[in-house]
Amino acid sequence: MGEVTDVVCSLCGCVCDDIVVEVEDNEVKKVKKGACAVGKSKLMGHGRIKSPAVRERKGEGESGELRECSYDEAIKKAAEILAAARRPLLYGWSSTVCEADKVGVELAEEIGAVIDNTASVCHGPSVLAIQDVGLPSCTLGEVKNRADLVIYWGANPAAAHANHMKRYSFISKGFWTAEGKKAKKLVVVDVRKTATAKMADVFLQIEQGKDYLVFSALRALLYGYEDVVPDEVGGVSKEELLEVVKMMKEAKFGMTFFGMGVTHTGGRHNNIVNAIQMTRAAHTHTKFSIMPMRGHYNVAGINQVCTWETGFPFAVDLSRGYPWYNPGELSATDLLIRRECDAALIIASDPGAHFPGESVRHLAKIPVIQIDPFPNPTTEFADVVIPAAVSGVEAEGNVYRMDNIPIRLRKLVETEYLADEEIVARILNEVRAIKEKEGKEGE
Amino acid sequence: MGTKVNLISGRTIVQGQNLDNKLSEKYFDEVATCEMSKADLERLGVAAGDSAARVKVRTSFGEVVVKAKENAGTPAGIAFIPMGPWANAVVSGETHGAGMPSYKGIDAEVEKTEEEVLRVKELMQTYKE
Repeated sequence: MGEVTDVVCSLCGCVCDDIVVEVEDNEVKKVKKGACAVGKSKLMGHGRIKSPAVRERKGEGESGELRECSYDEAIKKAAEILAAARRPLLYGWSSTVCEADKVGVELAEEIGAVIDNTASVCHGPSVLAIQDVGLPSCTLGEVKNRADLVIYWGANPAAAHANHMKRYSFISKGFWTAEGKKAKKLVVVDVRKTATAKMADVFLQIEQGKDYLVFSALRALLYGYEDVVPDEVGGVSKEELLEVVKMMKEAKFGMTFFGMGVTHTGGRHNNIVNAIQMTRAAHTHTKFSIMPMRGHYNVAGINQVCTWETGFPFAVDLSRGYPWYNPGELSATDLLIRRECDAALIIASDPGAHFPGESVRHLAKIPVIQIDPFPNPTTEFADVVIPAAVSGVEAEGNVYRMDNIPIRLRKLVETEYLADEEIVARILNEVRAIKEKEGKEGE
Repeated sequence: MGTKVNLISGRTIVQGQNLDNKLSEKYFDEVATCEMSKADLERLGVAAGDSAARVKVRTSFGEVVVKAKENAGTPAGIAFIPMGPWANAVVSGETHGAGMPSYKGIDAEVEKTEEEVLRVKELMQTYKE
């Protein structure tokens, strides 16, 4: 196959689409251009789940260990678990393609499940804020071509979205920003002096959890109410705040990117509402836009799919026969802490690693079906493990970049692993077969 | 009695590189760590450059042993554990009605320990019990 150009990266929400790789003997041998260190690691691959497997029961001569089996057996077992569950949870959906997500919503509808995605532990609060006050946003292309002031707030792209500054913001060169960073300013707001903070023209090192106050102070200053702002707000001096406000007013096009430093702290969605209102305050002076730094490459996509299928972006309960949305009640963490769900299908995510211990404790005790290309902490307690093809390397499909631009992932190599879409569709067919059989027996 | 800190978790580049490689030594070396300022580590009795030093981080949601690591960018009073199973052993599942657990801003106590850091498999085993 040789050199493949315009490869799309399936790691973070940047979804870089200008990568060049070398493919030989049905293997990605080298990432030649375009990918960051994290994306390169993803494209080059890691150790895989070798075979579908089901966990044997413990005791009476059985080991409690995973036993390798066929796809057919694992899919049948998964369908039996889901068909028998009274309160199943279908969680994940962000590191796979929209085509798989669509079948996932259909499965949730069929079994009356709660379907939730990784937004609930990432930018769920941003979604709530956007539902509350809207989002004056734009595409990353507009940022590249127009923005002369970039603010990263509670985000560390140097570690988490390593190509973001180069492709889309501070370092990129666009139509009206041909000089690149020479003609741009960078402001970073964070608790720690991160690698991103070290690059900033102005770094506001705020006290942890004081984001809301600092947004409020900037809003007041942008509206001209300097007299109401005290000498220090959230660990930041008034002089520093005035300097940032001056930069915001003087910018031709300002852009705020915010990360989990804002969504994970106290106040949650209220912080984002205030960030959006700060953007509106800036509109009294100049053009300004704002965007969440979405984490998984297709977390924006599952929010899209879930919304067009059910009306809501995450934390949707389909047990009533119609969609019911209530984050805080129906988000995966809450369901697990209340020990409400009695079975879970985990796909394209790893709650074993990324959920609070309190939630993992219940998840480890109920029947869990895992669909993933790689072994991870969730595999340690999963009862049915179904290996999948790696989307963007072994399978194609559509994903949504962090600015909600759809991009199609490419397939680079052939594989015997099934794609997520086919696995979920086969589980759905098996579930329907079980239900049909039960229906006939009940007549 | 340990030192009181404000615990936060978040991404690092090596953590991201090993997202699909969580059972590896690289992931363990990077993620089972707690970054603090030099002054805070000295207060705990961790000598500068002691790469084998370990600390126990305790919150009202659990406790976990991780390697101690100095980071000049971390202000006094803040402890940073990369996002992953070790941080999540002590973060709060309280979502305040928003669906989002408290991954940052958790009251914690840190003290030096001689106990070993649990591997991923051992840590997950504790949830099955």
